[in-house]
Amino acid sequence: MQTVYDFLIGPFVEFGFMRRALVACLALSVGSSTIGVFLILRRMSLMGDALAHSLLPGAAVGFLLGGLSLPAMGAGGFAAGILVALLSGVVARFTSLREDASFAASYLTALALGVTMVSLKGSSVDLMHILFGSILAVDDLSLLLVAVTATITLIGMAIIYRPLVVECFNPGFLVAMGERGSVFHYAFLALAVLNMVAAFQAIGTLMALGLVLLPAIAASFWTRDVPSMALVAAPIALFSSYVGLLVSFHSDLPSGPSIVLTAAACYVASLLLGARDSVRQRLSRPAHLHG
Amino acid sequence: MSAALRLRDLTVAYERHPAIHHVSLDVAEGALTAVVGPNGAGKSTLLKAVIGEVGRVEGSVDLAGRSRAKIAYLPQISDVDRSFPISVLEVVLLGKWARIGGFGGASAKDRHDAIHAIEAVGLRGFEQRPISTLSAGQFQRVLFARVLLQDAEIILLDEPFNAIDARTTADLMDLVQRWHADCRTVLCVLHDLDQARTRFPDAILLARELVAAGPTAETLSAANLLRARAMAEAWDEDADACLRAAD
Repeated sequence: MQTVYDFLIGPFVEFGFMRRALVACLALSVGSSTIGVFLILRRMSLMGDALAHSLLPGAAVGFLLGGLSLPAMGAGGFAAGILVALLSGVVARFTSLREDASFAASYLTALALGVTMVSLKGSSVDLMHILFGSILAVDDLSLLLVAVTATITLIGMAIIYRPLVVECFNPGFLVAMGERGSVFHYAFLALAVLNMVAAFQAIGTLMALGLVLLPAIAASFWTRDVPSMALVAAPIALFSSYVGLLVSFHSDLPSGPSIVLTAAACYVASLLLGARDSVRQRLSRPAHLHG
Repeated sequence: MSAALRLRDLTVAYERHPAIHHVSLDVAEGALTAVVGPNGAGKSTLLKAVIGEVGRVEGSVDLAGRSRAKIAYLPQISDVDRSFPISVLEVVLLGKWARIGGFGGASAKDRHDAIHAIEAVGLRGFEQRPISTLSAGQFQRVLFARVLLQDAEIILLDEPFNAIDARTTADLMDLVQRWHADCRTVLCVLHDLDQARTRFPDAILLARELVAAGPTAETLSAANLLRARAMAEAWDEDADACLRAAD
């Protein structure tokens, strides 16, 4: 009994940094699951990923100016994310380049620019820290940032929920009703960027979206309406955070990849066993074909 | 008769390529008008310009003092994500957007009206069904129920009878005729010229420019249709932005 306790709960009782990391990931999970669900429904998973990468040069500017400080890198990352989201929208609107291509172009540029800038001043350890995150570095300020982000996300999504659903399903409708549909689109993107900024401290810019997207994708194999997808995604994210941190602690692995890999395992399990469109269902014979 | 819709010198371009240009026409209050023309003639663009979904480059759209909320617009099915997880009732309730908006709640009366509209289009019992389970014809009925609920004075229908079965077409056509009897102004993009001739008193023939407008029999004369086709064959997709305004 004692060993089970030591294995599952001990690390969080014993070490303050594990507790802070856990609380940060839990708060992140609660807020970001709705973001993930809408990223999927808007067919923006890859764009969201590109957006997350584009935080890097902003964070790098913050790093150059203020070193490994969360406020500096967070503000830089947020500004860069918003800028890329706006620029990609503008490029797509005024040229014939498709939006996915323009996102890909800006994300490659951003990644190269960011790595170059961090390398100018920092060591490869700093670079690894920014790219893959470091859960050990979650201090009280980061906790506050994550908590504020989760709060703003939940309230914000509650406010723009209905217009966002309509925007996804029938893009012309809001315009026809005399509303400015793009306002809600950009408000949603801003919330998504905010979540990526909050996530990058713990899991890094390269995988910031792992805890946002993977649980939502896994949830889409269990249920199909928007509120219940978010309700299924949140516990998957919570579970991935907890198990990922434990694995990282006991096996001495980096925390970001462990958390994302756990979420990925949940995704694979859902893909195989889920209640809708899963491999299990494809393989099982439909009832009416039996005799 | 006064005009419900007055277009003056309307020009719309996508990425600097003109989609419709210099269209001027009046649609009378209570008219039932078919909008016809070859593929790519800008029929859908014309409707989208009226609701403001595409920006106009030049010209004006006059709605006789109405706000856009007084217009009901039925999009082409292909403009809607039919796989989105949303129920029939939720889609139809959007018809009350002018009252409820993005943040209000639907009242018991709104729900009652919505269920009534769903029954009126022949989908009784489908309220809670996700739209992804509907056939194209059933989904078109859902969109018609939403238009019903909007109770609009001007109704714009974009290819409502494309790729749907004959029975649904007949049922929905009856609804259109009922709107006409209620003196609502209806504009309907159509491909089927026979349908236009038999069911629509007025017609607009479009080939990026206005070819003709007025009573259907005259508008859709053989000479006009030939002219529209000749114009369509002459379209140069690489043409630059319209230069005629500079003359």
